[in-house]
Amino acid sequence: MKKYFALLAVLALTSAPAFAQKKPAPKATAKAPAASASVLKGKAIYTQYCLTCHQADGLGVDGMNPPLAKTDYVLGDKTRLITVLLNGLKGVEINGEDYHGVMPSQAYLTDQQLADVLTYVRGNFGNKASAVTVAEVKAVRAAGKK
Amino acid sequence: MKNTLTRPLLLTAALAGSLSLYSLTSRPTVAPDPNNAGLKLPAGFGALVVAETGGRARHLAVTPQGNIYVKLNKPKDGKGILELKPNATGKATVSGGFGSYGGTGIYAKGGYLYASSDEDVYRYKLDAKGEVTNPTQPEKIVSGLLNRGEHESKSIVLDNAGNLYVNVGAYSNSCQVKDREKGSMGRQNCPILDSAGGIWQFRADKAGQTYGSGTRYATGLRNVVGLDWNAQNNQLFVMQHGRDQLHDIFPAMYDTKQSAELPAECLYEITKGANAGWPFLYYDGLTHKKMLAPEYGGDGKKLADPKYLEPAAAYPAHTAPDGLLFYTGTMFPEKYRNGAFIAFHGSWNRAPEPQKGYYVVFQPFKNGKPSGQWEVFADNFAGSAEKVASGRADHKPCGLAQGPDGSLYVSDDKAGTIYRIVYNQK
Ligand code: HEC
Repeated sequence: MKKYFALLAVLALTSAPAFAQKKPAPKATAKAPAASASVLKGKAIYTQYCLTCHQADGLGVDGMNPPLAKTDYVLGDKTRLITVLLNGLKGVEINGEDYHGVMPSQAYLTDQQLADVLTYVRGNFGNKASAVTVAEVKAVRAAGKK
Repeated sequence: MKNTLTRPLLLTAALAGSLSLYSLTSRPTVAPDPNNAGLKLPAGFGALVVAETGGRARHLAVTPQGNIYVKLNKPKDGKGILELKPNATGKATVSGGFGSYGGTGIYAKGGYLYASSDEDVYRYKLDAKGEVTNPTQPEKIVSGLLNRGEHESKSIVLDNAGNLYVNVGAYSNSCQVKDREKGSMGRQNCPILDSAGGIWQFRADKAGQTYGSGTRYATGLRNVVGLDWNAQNNQLFVMQHGRDQLHDIFPAMYDTKQSAELPAECLYEITKGANAGWPFLYYDGLTHKKMLAPEYGGDGKKLADPKYLEPAAAYPAHTAPDGLLFYTGTMFPEKYRNGAFIAFHGSWNRAPEPQKGYYVVFQPFKNGKPSGQWEVFADNFAGSAEKVASGRADHKPCGLAQGPDGSLYVSDDKAGTIYRIVYNQK
C-alpha cells in the first residue's frame, strides 16, 4: 500500500514539469537524465512492475530473466525496445544467453509510464543512453495498432 | 507363504548389515577440505570440492565404481555430459565428455547411464569399470518431448521395475490466457494439461519410444525438477516448483510480502493417476490449505476443490527445489537413512523481499512417509547472508547423488562446482 501512496506523491509532485518537457529527444551524448522527474517516476514504475523479474540491481536471474544492464535491447534501437515492452518477448537470446522466462506485455502502462521506465532503465544499471520520450512510445504504439 | 518370505528377508537383512559393517570399517576416510568447501554442515560432517567443471552443472550421477557423470545445461566445448574420474583423495578430475546436447536429467542404474536433453532421453551402456562404452551412439529411448521454452528441463528417474519417469513441465506460470500478464485470467480447463504439467512413464529398456507412446503417470504438476523413487514404499516422490507472481498479477489481492511467502514449494507422493491441482490451486504452507487460484476465481481466501492431492510436505515459497534424493547409504548416521535430501536452488520471485534458499535440506522419513520437521542440512552455497538476500549467490545447488560409499554429491549450476559431503565421526 505504502508504495502506491509514494508513487502517487511522486506523480503529483512531478507531473507538471514532465509535461513541459517537450524538447527534442536528447542525443546519447546529452547529460544523463539522472536527477530528472522522469527518472524518479521511472524508478517507481520499475519497482512496481519490473523488479520481481529483472531484480533490484537490474541484473536479472540466471537462465530465467535477462539483465537490463548494457544489453543490445536496452542500449539499441528505441523502436525495438518499446516494442518489447508493448508486445512482450519469449524465446529470444539476449547477448548470447538463453532465458526461459517470459516477458509479459506491459501495454497496460501509459505512454508516459513506459517512457519514464525506459528512460530510467537506459540511465541506470550501468547504462548511459538517451531518454525515451512519450512521443516515441506513442508513435510505436500507434504503428503497432495499424 | 509368510514364513518363506520373511526368512530370506531376514537373512539378506543380516547380510546387508554385516556387509555395511565391513565397508564401514574398511572404508578409506575421505578428508574434507579445511574450510568444508565453504559449506555449513551439522557436527561430524565435512565437505570437499570434488571438481570445478566451469559449466552449468545440472543433475549428476555416480556409478558403483565412483565415476561421476555431470549433465550440463549447455554443452561446453561441444560436450553436454562430463565424465569425472575419482582419485585417491576423494576428489576427481574431468577425464572426458560426450553428448552434444544440453539438458538437466542424468541417472545411472542397472549398468546404464540415462541422460536427457530438453526433448529426448538417451541411454548409454556402462561397462564393469563404470565407463560409457558408446558415447557417440547412445540408444534414443524417448524422443519428441514437448519443449516450449518455459519449464523446459526433463528430469528423469527409474523405478525398480524397469520404468522411466520423465517430467514435462507446464509452459506457463498459472495457465493464464496471457502468461504472466497482470490481471489475465486462467484458460478454461487449462488445455496445457493435455500435453504438459505432469509426469510421463516410459519403458527404460525400449529404444524408439515417442512422447505420445508414454503413459501419463501424474498431472496437475506445474514443474518438477527434483524427483526420486522411494524404494521403501516403492513410490515416486516429486518436488514441485510452485507458481510465481501472485502480487504482480493480482496486486489488489496479494501484497509483496504475501507474494513472497506464497505458495509453498511442495513435496508430493505420487501414485499413478495422481492430480496435484495446478493451475487451479496453490498451497498455502502457513495455513496448510489448498487455495483456489485467483486465475480461477480465487480471492486469497476461497479454498480449492478438496479432490486434489494433498502435499506430503511443504517448504518456503519460491526456493526452487531442483534435486531430490532418498538417502540409502550407511555412511551417514541412522537418522538420515531413507530420508530425503532436497537441493533448493534458491529464489528470485521473493523480490522485493529478501531472497531465500541456496541450501540442501534434510527431510526425515519414517516407513516411506515424511515424518517430523525438515532442517537445513548444508548451507552457505551462496557465500554470505547478503548474497542470499540479494539472490547473487556464488553457488546454486541443483543436483544430488549418492556415492557408493554413502557420500552425498551436490552439483552447482551457477559456478559448476561439484561438492562431496562426508561423515567422518565414528
Ligand atoms: C514476468 C517476468 C518479467 C517482467 C514482470 C518483466 N520482464 Fe522484461 N523480460 C523478461 C524476460 C524473461 C525477458 C527475455 C525474454 C526472451 O529472452 O525472449 C525480458 C526481456 C526484457 C527486455 C529485453 C531484453 C534485455 O534484457 O535487454 C527488456 C528491455 C525488458 N525485459 C524490460 C522490462 C521492463 C522495463 C519491465 C517492467 C515494465 C519488464 N521487463 C518486466 C521477464 C520479465
